[in-house]
Amino acid sequence: MTLLTVDGVTLQYRSGPRLVTATERVSFSVERSDRFVILGPSGCGKSTLLKAVAGFLRPTEGRILLDGTAVTAPGPDRIVVFQEFDQLLPWKTVEQNVVFALTATGKLPRRDAHRRAMHVLEKVKLTDFANSFPHTLSGGMKQRVAIARAMAMEPQILLMDEPFAALDAMTRGGMQEELLQLWDDTRFTVLFVTHSIAEAIRVGTRILLLSPHPGRVKAEVASNGGDEMDAGGRLLSARIHDLLFGGTTWGPSPDRPDSSVGPVLSDGPAAKDHRDA
Amino acid sequence: MREASRKGVLLAILALAWEVYARSLDNDLVFPTFSATIAALAASIVSGELPRAMAYTLSLLLKGYVVGLALAALLTAVASASRIGADLLETLTSMFNPLPSIALLPLALIWFGLGDASVIFVLVHAVLWAVALNTHSGFRALSPTLKMVGQNYGLSAASYVTRILIPGAFPSILTGLKVGWAFAWRTLIAAELVFGVSSGSGGIGWYIFEHKNQLLIPNVFAGLLTVILFGLFVEHVVFKTIENRTVRRWGMQV
Repeated sequence: MTLLTVDGVTLQYRSGPRLVTATERVSFSVERSDRFVILGPSGCGKSTLLKAVAGFLRPTEGRILLDGTAVTAPGPDRIVVFQEFDQLLPWKTVEQNVVFALTATGKLPRRDAHRRAMHVLEKVKLTDFANSFPHTLSGGMKQRVAIARAMAMEPQILLMDEPFAALDAMTRGGMQEELLQLWDDTRFTVLFVTHSIAEAIRVGTRILLLSPHPGRVKAEVASNGGDEMDAGGRLLSARIHDLLFGGTTWGPSPDRPDSSVGPVLSDGPAAKDHRDA
Repeated sequence: MREASRKGVLLAILALAWEVYARSLDNDLVFPTFSATIAALAASIVSGELPRAMAYTLSLLLKGYVVGLALAALLTAVASASRIGADLLETLTSMFNPLPSIALLPLALIWFGLGDASVIFVLVHAVLWAVALNTHSGFRALSPTLKMVGQNYGLSAASYVTRILIPGAFPSILTGLKVGWAFAWRTLIAAELVFGVSSGSGGIGWYIFEHKNQLLIPNVFAGLLTVILFGLFVEHVVFKTIENRTVRRWGMQV
């Protein structure tokens, strides 16, 4: 059953005197338990699209439906995991960050919230750090807390905005693995934005490809976690690249071994793109 | 050697130098000895005169500080709600910040007459601008991610302000509180000295002024020492403790 419907969505925002079109008539739908990845280079409006699904901005055209109801404002049924490490409240401990989310929204009373918090922290292997303040944690640990906090809320859909992009390559690979393990447990629905082809293939079951300036849907491909060859002997990553860039090759060698980072579709620092795209 | 003990030794040396110089000068009317000052201090404390004066001063300070904070909160709310409000805050702050509060005292005396109301008026002026400006800039500098997190969890407006904005801007708010306190304390002592000329109100500034009139200079020194000691206590104990328990613990220093 379709959980999220994005139907002909055009997103525009003002940047000084200019009206920037981030995405143009983008449509897709996400089924329950999908790991749906939006993949595209800088400027394809993927982060803006995710923020629109979260309710932070309204489409100028088209509509976004969650479980049949139009999205008009942010709400705890769509929890966002951001790329930035400062998404945790620095004045609360790891556990308090999770408890805060549960109690502030009235989801659970304090006692139950505490129990749920410890449960999700155990899942992301952070029980020992429950009473630490965020500034004492590493980047990867902070992201795990953010994921735990989001999962504790049991949202209808988890929105992940390049959550691992600011991590080093080794940590990123581990985090992708952990995310998949968490998914195996509860099969939550996740909408995941990234600019890394390898990450998209690894994390996603369905991958939506967006072209830049403005973001338009190029294609949708399926993935089962590996960069496998199709019947024609072409790697999935190469196929994705061709779909996005029309056959031009990127980098030195398109068939280099899969790494956790992989090719990055970026014309600038990811963090910058993330903010203005 | 630890910093505290180094400074303790330094203070002891200064007190000794004071004692030696005053003894060689041998003129209590100009420069009393350290021991005479301490004796006067002890006598005033025992007689209850100094504690009464301090209590009076502190009650004034607290009133002015609280009213100042309330107005700062109001002004910050207005400034955060609209662009014109922000312009208003910035304009008022840049106008009134350079104006020493004590310069408003003559005017305050005309408006509110001799008495507490005039002092509270200048105290409010001393506190208001520093706190409002720092709080407002703290709100503005709050990370957009944190703001989005607050919205994402669907907080009500009130709960968004108290649970996200204020703690998030706390380093900056604390700076405002410290600056506001420093202005207020200095302004208050000065205002009380002026009042000493004309009224019988009994704060620490008046204590200093009255004893000068009676040529009890050791008591004047004792009053000054009290002002210094209390100032040090608030800045290095009270605010330091707040800082250690909040922004330092949270790793949020600016």
